[in-house]
Amino acid sequence: MDNSAAALPGGTAVAAGGGRRRNYARRYGWFIVPAGAVVLAVILFPWAFTLFMSAHDWKIGGGRVYVGFENYRKLFTDERFLWSVVRTLYYTVLAVILPMIFGTVAALVFHRRFPLRGLARTVFILPMMATPVAVALVWTMMFHPQLGVLNWLLTQVGLPPSMWVYDARTVIPTLVIVEVWHWTPLVMLIVLGGLASLPVDPYEAAKIDGASAWQAFRHITLPLLMPFIVVALIIRTIDALKAFDTIYVITQGGPGTSSETINIFLYLQGFAYYNMGYASAVVVVFFALIVSLAALLLWTRNRVKDA
Amino acid sequence: MSEITRRTALRAAAGILAVPALVERVGAQQAFDWKRFKGEKVEASLTANPRSSLLIKHQQEFEDLTGIRVGAEQIPEQQHRQKFAIEFASGRPSFDVVGISLHVNKRQVGRAKWCVDIKPLIQDASLTAPDFDFADFGKGAVAYSTQADGRMDTLPEFTDYFILYYNKDLLAAKNVAVPKTFEELYTAAKALTDPSKQQYGFVGRGLRNANVVLWTSFLLGTQQRDTVSPDMKLLTDTPDAIWAGQMYQKLMRDCAPPGSIGFNWNECQTTFMQGRAAFWIDGVGFAAPLEDKTRSRVAGKVGYAVVPAGPAHHHCCLFGTGLGISEQSRNRGPAWYYVQWAVNKTNQLRFLTSGAGAPARSSPFRNEEAIKASSFPREFFDTLVESANIARPGLPEIVPVTEFRDTIGTALTNMVGGADPAAELKRATEAFRPVLEQSERGT
Repeated sequence: MDNSAAALPGGTAVAAGGGRRRNYARRYGWFIVPAGAVVLAVILFPWAFTLFMSAHDWKIGGGRVYVGFENYRKLFTDERFLWSVVRTLYYTVLAVILPMIFGTVAALVFHRRFPLRGLARTVFILPMMATPVAVALVWTMMFHPQLGVLNWLLTQVGLPPSMWVYDARTVIPTLVIVEVWHWTPLVMLIVLGGLASLPVDPYEAAKIDGASAWQAFRHITLPLLMPFIVVALIIRTIDALKAFDTIYVITQGGPGTSSETINIFLYLQGFAYYNMGYASAVVVVFFALIVSLAALLLWTRNRVKDA
Repeated sequence: MSEITRRTALRAAAGILAVPALVERVGAQQAFDWKRFKGEKVEASLTANPRSSLLIKHQQEFEDLTGIRVGAEQIPEQQHRQKFAIEFASGRPSFDVVGISLHVNKRQVGRAKWCVDIKPLIQDASLTAPDFDFADFGKGAVAYSTQADGRMDTLPEFTDYFILYYNKDLLAAKNVAVPKTFEELYTAAKALTDPSKQQYGFVGRGLRNANVVLWTSFLLGTQQRDTVSPDMKLLTDTPDAIWAGQMYQKLMRDCAPPGSIGFNWNECQTTFMQGRAAFWIDGVGFAAPLEDKTRSRVAGKVGYAVVPAGPAHHHCCLFGTGLGISEQSRNRGPAWYYVQWAVNKTNQLRFLTSGAGAPARSSPFRNEEAIKASSFPREFFDTLVESANIARPGLPEIVPVTEFRDTIGTALTNMVGGADPAAELKRATEAFRPVLEQSERGT
């Protein structure tokens, strides 16, 4: 339905007269007040307040002192924060690439017809439905170096036991295993949706032209799937950057600080050390990082679409 | 009829003279109005632990006694500390009574004056039951609840001592005696470590933050004892601190299970319960799960002893919790009634005999009948009494305790990984010093 002023009864007259349009806006403008109030209360105000706090040295239980950009200056010289950025990127890269590969492969497999395909699909997406904290607690037990089932399985096949999350060198790859297990089904679902919507004609033409299965995949399936893959990539990237619950429950950022990502660092600053001003500065920087990455990915998506 | 002698006359006179005092006392008991706040409601925010569970389990007693309804919630320790701090800072906390970990939040709560001073309430005969018996609270526990300015903004509820748990079977198998010093502990633990059998001489906290209290257990045995000087200077890279770091390092590297770098108390408990560790130093609250035959392989085989002595002193770490009443509470009277009930002699005895922890009152320890009827060995109760005599705060009384624990804890974790204790403690001390200085400037 056309909701423009001209489409309303007497629309011609309204469109013709600027004064009447203003009347229309005045009469109906207050309809946006509830939505505007909500946006103001839950988006704009928190943002403005976060910016305000980031310019203050404020500890819970203490006074508030204006420090200007001091929190930001401190942040970029804080070795612990800088390492948390490196770890976040390391974790994000692994926690995005691996589910993307496995999810795409799984989608290609589940797109083919085979007996009990529906049941297999259902089983495959089960991890995604589990509560992250519950998942993390189960994995924590499985990672236990002496009593966990994973080391028992390794020793059963003649491999040496691993320290999993109990060693600084293996902690992040181990956390990525949990993330991959948990979120590969999401990628699979998105890509599977894309596969279901692909046209049949190009494949028939390729077959007539004598293209191999690999060539059909490389030159038809993959390009047509790319918009879906990019969507999955954006969702996964944002999710991986935000990852908190799994890491906090399993390692709390340890051993030492070896799995302390920006989120864990932020949480500790805000809710363990009560440095609200400093934590607010971390939020602002982290937000800028996420927005930049999301913008980059959206730009890539548009490029892919245009291509 | 017997004659009235001078002695019987004196006795009778003394009896007559005592009547008013007795009448007054009985009258006071009867006069105290437990129903004064009938129909009101108290909200209590407690840390999730066996003691809070006991209070919630028995709160009907309080409701029947006073007619006050109780809304009590239990929240896991770390989240609870954050929740109450944020609620207090908001100026409108949702609770009237709050459980506070004195070893973490004492100075924070005291500095911000979030809780009311309990002392005037204790002295108010119209609000405090005559059988409250404040003198029954241990002096150490009262001192721990008292702020530097003399305000007592929590009533002590529970004191936690670090004790030495040991597996009697493992010690007997190799004829190893219970160690009296930390050096003996290391020697014994080393002798009992056999990785091929997945048997380890020692298990202790390795997880950052949680591990600091094991290190301070060693430090308390040195000449220095404390981590912060009376004038609030850090003492965490001194020779004594390094000695404690070395002790921590060698016990954790040579005698503890692989991966204990990530162990908090729960992983230590599991390892000990499975019979995989000979010694474990941790809080007193673990006797109940260790002696639970349905969960523990070492039930009935657990030995209890005070922590070994250091080269200069013999102390064990002291931690504690108290119950405070919010300054913002509009139900101070009912809240005080709840606090009185929560730490009355009956509940404190319940804490002790159920293995939920060491009560702040001293009378439960004198209740021989209840102790004999308890499912825990006499050795456990003796260890608690002995620990109470040598207890000393296991963490510094500073506001940024959590940051202190994280910073020093990271250094300790690195030590377990093989780093040099002196270098690690120096680095951690330099990192934390400005935080402490800034915090102290804010006093």
